[in-house]
Amino acid sequence: MNLDSKIPAGPLAEKWTKHKFNVKLVNPANKRKYEVIVVGTGLAGASAAASLGELGYNVKAFCFHDSPRRAHSIAAQGGINAAKNYQNDGDSVYRLFYDTVKGGDYRSREGNVYRLAEVSVNIIDQCVAQGVPFAREYGGLLDNRSFGGAQVSRTFYAKGQTGQQLLIGAYQALSRQVTNGKVKLYTRSEMLDLVMIDGQARGIITRNLITGKIERHAAHAVILATGGYGNVFYLSTNAMGSNATAAWRAHRRGALFANPCYTQIHPTCIPVSGSYQSKLTLMSESLRNDGRVWVPKTVELAEKIRKGELTAIDIKEEDRDYYLERRYPSFGNLVPRDVASRNAKMACDEGRGVGPTGLAVYLDFADAIKRDGRDTVEARYGNLFEMYEKITGDDPYKLPMKIYPAVHYTMGGLWVDYNLMTNIPGLYALGEANFSDHGANRLGASALMQGLADGYFVIPYTLGDYLAGNMNTKNDITHPAFDEAEKGVRDTINKLLSIKGKRTVDDFHRELGHIMWEYCGMSRTAEGLTKARGMVRKLREEFWTDVNVGGTNEELNMTLEKANRVADFLELGELMIVDALHREESCGGHFREEYQTEEGEALRNDDDFAYVAAWEFKGTGKDEVLHKEDLVFENVKLTQRSYK
Amino acid sequence: MNLTLNVWRQKGPSDKGGFKTYKLSDISEHMSFLEMIDVLNEQLLRGGEEPVHFDHDCREGICGSCSMYINGRAHGPQQLTATCQLHMRSFKDGDTITVEPWRAKAFPVVKDLVVDRSAFDRIIQAGGYVSVNTGGVPDANEIPVPKKIADEAFNAATCISCGACVAACKNASAMLFVSAKVSQLALLPQGKVERKTRVEKMAAQMDLEGFGACSNTGACTAECPKGISQDNIARMNREYFGAKFTSDNV
Repeated sequence: MNLDSKIPAGPLAEKWTKHKFNVKLVNPANKRKYEVIVVGTGLAGASAAASLGELGYNVKAFCFHDSPRRAHSIAAQGGINAAKNYQNDGDSVYRLFYDTVKGGDYRSREGNVYRLAEVSVNIIDQCVAQGVPFAREYGGLLDNRSFGGAQVSRTFYAKGQTGQQLLIGAYQALSRQVTNGKVKLYTRSEMLDLVMIDGQARGIITRNLITGKIERHAAHAVILATGGYGNVFYLSTNAMGSNATAAWRAHRRGALFANPCYTQIHPTCIPVSGSYQSKLTLMSESLRNDGRVWVPKTVELAEKIRKGELTAIDIKEEDRDYYLERRYPSFGNLVPRDVASRNAKMACDEGRGVGPTGLAVYLDFADAIKRDGRDTVEARYGNLFEMYEKITGDDPYKLPMKIYPAVHYTMGGLWVDYNLMTNIPGLYALGEANFSDHGANRLGASALMQGLADGYFVIPYTLGDYLAGNMNTKNDITHPAFDEAEKGVRDTINKLLSIKGKRTVDDFHRELGHIMWEYCGMSRTAEGLTKARGMVRKLREEFWTDVNVGGTNEELNMTLEKANRVADFLELGELMIVDALHREESCGGHFREEYQTEEGEALRNDDDFAYVAAWEFKGTGKDEVLHKEDLVFENVKLTQRSYK
Repeated sequence: MNLTLNVWRQKGPSDKGGFKTYKLSDISEHMSFLEMIDVLNEQLLRGGEEPVHFDHDCREGICGSCSMYINGRAHGPQQLTATCQLHMRSFKDGDTITVEPWRAKAFPVVKDLVVDRSAFDRIIQAGGYVSVNTGGVPDANEIPVPKKIADEAFNAATCISCGACVAACKNASAMLFVSAKVSQLALLPQGKVERKTRVEKMAAQMDLEGFGACSNTGACTAECPKGISQDNIARMNREYFGAKFTSDNV
């Protein structure tokens, strides 16, 4: 298979402009003849559905939530990057492009990333026009803050609720198209298969989660904006319902899955407190601007803390190890996410972790409070401190926070070309569901930017190019391809319901999460990954013989919903392991212990691994086939990242 | 801790429904309320019983899915807290806890603790937006907004659409929810063009959905997990009367 990224030729800064001129257009009178399916209503899906509806296409938008506004984009805290240079501090489209490529550890496409930086400025204009209440200065203009180690202030924000405000903006634009009759909304509907006719994506099969009715929907194109797959790990900062089912079932139909091993482990999350834990809560990265990370110098002191004989404030200054400041004097506590996470794990592996489980490090604000006063710290982080206290019962103004890394975001996803189309004609992937822009590590405040860029400013142009070449194809849900897909969905559901085994769905999911976290988490080895692959395969077999899914299909049955999703996680988890095993280098969120510098930093291998690994499904239980898309760097020089 | 739970069980919209009692033991005070229900559900599944259905997703207080009426209060005893962020340390060993769905005509019960809140979506669809298409908008800094106004609009916009305001209100009024959106957009310059038609349309849809009238008891604000202020209701009334007296509907 030849993976053509379709990056336009010509100078970097002109690619997108030229491409927009070269793509075919669908004339306004013809747009109303096309039907488009959008699955997912987060930032990418809602913005795409709204924009396509405005253009005149007939859109069907699907979400499994009771309302489109509940998609997990809503939980993003920090902000959204844009190269506006409102602060006059030297930002530019090129600098945002450069920072993103470097931050991704040189594993993303130059062309895509440049376009992302280019349209970032339009996103802010669009959101402000919609009435998104961004933070402002006293003069009435927009405020910015610095974020994620960038050297410029380019992050727009709305307190710690930026994702919420942006999503509601997109949701309202979507709602307006519902009223205009251009978008039909299907809530509490889950996509369970992709329908292909003559090699093209032509529809989906969904399950109505209230009635259990299996439905057929035909369209001229299908857009997946279904988010990431972090919940493979069971515990993550993702929402409980976040899942990979739509993307994975498209993968089973032939869509390539790219770079599945690139997962982002966020360094500042509230630690696990017990086996009943259902999810992890992120504490914004911005806390590292003022908080100092430390653990006790000795295992003995750490042990006393774990037993509750001592608390953090009993530990004298000379007995504390501010390990990030010690190891990375120039970046200190502001090293990138992947570096901060690995160092926390190392400290805990040495036995110096704190908290009852020993899997936590301190994030201490005592110095900041002493230096700037409690009021200043409260103005900056008040809502985060409050959230922390609500969850843990500890007051971070008095005691240092306890934090530990947690799975947060997945850079991998469905392979797409420059037009955001997968290798299946007519099937697109947007936002976190695709693999395209973040390489091996995503920078803070870039996820919101990418979701909205894809939905508002890329797909409205590139979709027309495909549709214009497909005039006169009629949608027909009685086509045999729909029969076949619907039967497959029904068979899977019936099988899940008929096993009537002993173990609960959550039980399997939890075990899968343990395996993935242990062997395919923050640091990976060939030995561990090989072992883990066997464990996941075994667990999958057990799942299909011993899972207990009660109830029936013809009702609201949340256990059945979960079982469908976990079945897919059990396959995707194996692919992540396979990908991690094959990538014999360390880059960004993927750290292989065998490949590190003498100082223990990630060691890339650009000669052999500067490519996108796109995997092709060959059948359940069969090895997937690897396809490579070489990454070509014409503008940026590949260097080793250093934060010393 | 050991607990007794009285949970509302209802098979579907047409089922009459009723309370069922369950015993739980060894519940950690560090658990969230929903994790405690997870434990109950695992226990039920193992015993061959159907788990309690409830809406939930982000579990960090922002998606607005969770909606439990706990011991007679929307989202339980802790102020400014959604059910998912309520922790068991708010309860005592030996407590009996009663859990019900939101009760309102406009929020019919789907199953157990799950209710249908699509009425809220239809109210937003009626006019809760600024009518701008993608592209063709001015530069963001061409629309200056005084900081105080922007902050007030933001406070109104933090509503998570959970419906606690309706559940807490003796009239099942949706005024706090609707007024928060009306306020946000009426305060901002971007929303001024449509402010009159917007409030008229949203209020009409609110009545159509079967929500009750507002009698200003303030229960909504008291139980709102985001602390949306009652000032918004006053502002909406002002907007509404202003629109009725000087309507743009020519």
